[in-house]
Amino acid sequence: MSDVTRTSRGRATGGVLTTLTWLLALAFFFPVAWMAATAFKQENQAASDPPTWFFAPTLDQFRAVIEGGSGTYVANSAIATGVSTVLVLLLGIPAAYALSIRPVEKVSDVLFFFISTKMLPVVAVIVPIYVVAGQLKVLDNIWTLVVLYTAMNLPIAVWMMRSFFLEVPGEVLEAASVDGAGLMRTLRSVLMPMVAPGIAATALICVIFAWNEFFFALNLTASRAATVPVLIVSTMTSEGLFLARLCAAALLASLPVIIAGWVAQKQLVRGLSMGAIK
Amino acid sequence: MSTSTIDRLEGSRRAARAAASERAVSRAEGWRRRGPLLPALIFTIIVTQLPFLVTIWYSLRSQNLLRPGEDIFVGLSNYLDIAADSTFRQTALNSVVITLGCVLVAMVLGIVLALLLDRPFAGRSVARTMLITPFLVMPVASSVLWSVALLNPTYGLLNWTLGLVGIEAVDWTSTYPIVAILMALVWQWTPFMMLLVLAGLQAQPKDVLEAASVDGAGPWRTFTSITLPHLRRYIELGVLLGVIYVVNTFDQIYLMTAGGPGTASANLPFYIYQRAFLGFDIGQAAAMGVVVVIATIIVASAALRLIFRSFEVKE
Repeated sequence: MSDVTRTSRGRATGGVLTTLTWLLALAFFFPVAWMAATAFKQENQAASDPPTWFFAPTLDQFRAVIEGGSGTYVANSAIATGVSTVLVLLLGIPAAYALSIRPVEKVSDVLFFFISTKMLPVVAVIVPIYVVAGQLKVLDNIWTLVVLYTAMNLPIAVWMMRSFFLEVPGEVLEAASVDGAGLMRTLRSVLMPMVAPGIAATALICVIFAWNEFFFALNLTASRAATVPVLIVSTMTSEGLFLARLCAAALLASLPVIIAGWVAQKQLVRGLSMGAIK
Repeated sequence: MSTSTIDRLEGSRRAARAAASERAVSRAEGWRRRGPLLPALIFTIIVTQLPFLVTIWYSLRSQNLLRPGEDIFVGLSNYLDIAADSTFRQTALNSVVITLGCVLVAMVLGIVLALLLDRPFAGRSVARTMLITPFLVMPVASSVLWSVALLNPTYGLLNWTLGLVGIEAVDWTSTYPIVAILMALVWQWTPFMMLLVLAGLQAQPKDVLEAASVDGAGPWRTFTSITLPHLRRYIELGVLLGVIYVVNTFDQIYLMTAGGPGTASANLPFYIYQRAFLGFDIGQAAAMGVVVVIATIIVASAALRLIFRSFEVKE
């Protein structure tokens, strides 16, 4: 076989593989595109057989979702997500420091404990949480979700940030302390800038999990503290099948995380592997 | 007493004093080191461990929120009820089928997609972005999307597509509920696996691959004897994290099939939820929770060893 035929055959195989890649990418993306398209339809076009492929886009469904009292849900989701993420960082950064840069004894036992809490099935603790929250009169209270989401994300955040802290070269910190910088100053002006990208990646992962959380929100909230996922479900059950409006709500609810994930793809990999994959 | 003895005594006393003060210093240092860890540790213990202890307590009692008067100690009878509960066994089996089915299929697809994305071609980052999107869609939204827009028996897109090739309409969520749930789950989790495997592929040392091709190894040979062993750690990690998340699946089941028909597609989280929040049977639900945790501990202790190897945690 001459080199020429080998290259041309290689090129043909390459073309086939590239085409296959695009077909698969389109197949995986298609449901999202369909959801987005349906959100711009009128109801009769949304649930038609055969499906409507061409239509004049309308913003009616988005208007209906936004004007239909979704504000409280969005505000609740924003509080639960934002405050829990800040709390995770406040508790998690010192913990990660104590597990990496100036380690306590038995580091691996502590790490083992944190990760084992992620393996505890949520259903095993929902009953007492529900009963105790009822007795403390904090059912349907957004701060209950804040506390639970903090506990849900803290173990992942500690693991992740520890892996970022371990990458800080020891000499840098030593040099800073030799220069006479106090501990707090070393931390603030030397360590923090170096681990800031890692902390941002950690925050992203916490935001994704908290924003999408449904099980606690469903069981522990009613009208006052309900979050965006609960809104989508109630849109589905209370109003029968308004498919186009449902798709508009689903699209709006997913959009913040989709955009954040698109922008921060590299951090996403590291975060999803809890820092194991660089 | 000779001077040397006095010296020795003096010396050992001094050494003891030094050791004592060193111990004091190191104890203070130990607490200084532990200090930053404690808030996170105590918070996690209170929020995650205390409720579980309460779960154990509830599991030994008969308590129904609809009948507040009846809260009595019943010993292990809730556990005996579970042993006799065929629905519990069925939902446990469903949990295994759904978790393993989703993780394995998503991993195989993820490996294929990662290999395809590891080649240079125009628009690669666009294709990659499209492929990760399913993982970013809110699970509640994607459950709704699958059950209503794609799998609906009359106007769902899947049946319409199948109709083009002459296949009769199928009512997916009631005829094949587990398959329907698996479709939505695999769609969501494949990008996750793909991302981990792709990161593994890109961390492959290029010189080894070049050496293999210089030595005349074909692509298949290179893949099986170099790439796959290198990917092993990434695949293990993906399977492990996938299992941890997928075993707790609730959203898709709640929204797509409600565990039905009957309990045909309920997994353990959904069944326990039903017993607790629709049946208000606190004792039963708590006991099931404890059983699930014990099963998890058995599986997890093996899995954790793997995690620690993956993360190369050292003392």
